[in-house]
Amino acid sequence: MDNLSTPLSRVKGLGSAKDGTTHFWRQRLTALILIPLVLWFGFSVASMPVDHATLVGWIQQPAVAIGLILLILSTFYHAQLGLQIIIEDYVSTHSTRTASIIIVNFLCLLFAIIGVVAVLKISFGA
Amino acid sequence: MDPGSKLPLSPHIQIYRLPLTALLSVVHRATGVALALGAVLLVWILALAANSAEAYGQLYPHLASWYGQIFLLGLIFSLYLHFCNGIRHLFWDIGMGFDLEIVHRTAKFAIFAAIVLTVATWAIAANLEL
Repeated sequence: MDNLSTPLSRVKGLGSAKDGTTHFWRQRLTALILIPLVLWFGFSVASMPVDHATLVGWIQQPAVAIGLILLILSTFYHAQLGLQIIIEDYVSTHSTRTASIIIVNFLCLLFAIIGVVAVLKISFGA
Repeated sequence: MDPGSKLPLSPHIQIYRLPLTALLSVVHRATGVALALGAVLLVWILALAANSAEAYGQLYPHLASWYGQIFLLGLIFSLYLHFCNGIRHLFWDIGMGFDLEIVHRTAKFAIFAAIVLTVATWAIAANLEL
């Protein structure tokens, strides 16, 4: 295989996907940051009543808003990377595969933005 | 292929009992997809809460109902299973825990830890309502 790639391509080490280990690495980084965030979120929400007033009061604490925004951004980034892998593995038609990945990327971005705007709206006093 | 061939036809997926490790691998993907939908639910709840107390109040009875509780229990267990098995993956990424025996032991431990975390979260939430 080696003799088929150009010396430039070999020295760049980015392979046929042109992004080397970037996808793999970012999936691990988002996984790592999600470890404390998920534990914090899970046990926080479990240990408070979830009526509207309590929830809004909780999100209005700046530290909570920051934590929630970090959670939303890393979750949807991690989800986008993971869903892309699943699509690449199971959708074999090239056009369907590309279209699915574009749609998933767009939806993950959209929901992340909706989540962040909702947190900001609550935190600045809805 | 020659029908009389003695070549092994494996893995024959319909009669092949998946080892726990393979099952957990598939489940990791399935829970990942489920959790992506769970994240959309979280965003939806936040958007309702940001909109008004009335909008949020309309969803609340559904989450508190029996079907909502079963759904949430499943989602929480999926979250912790993906969480624990994900940590198992992170150890593999730094080159640890590849021995066959250890791979099976950590598989069982990930499932056990996910159950413990689910029960702990659920107990804290249930204790609050009493």
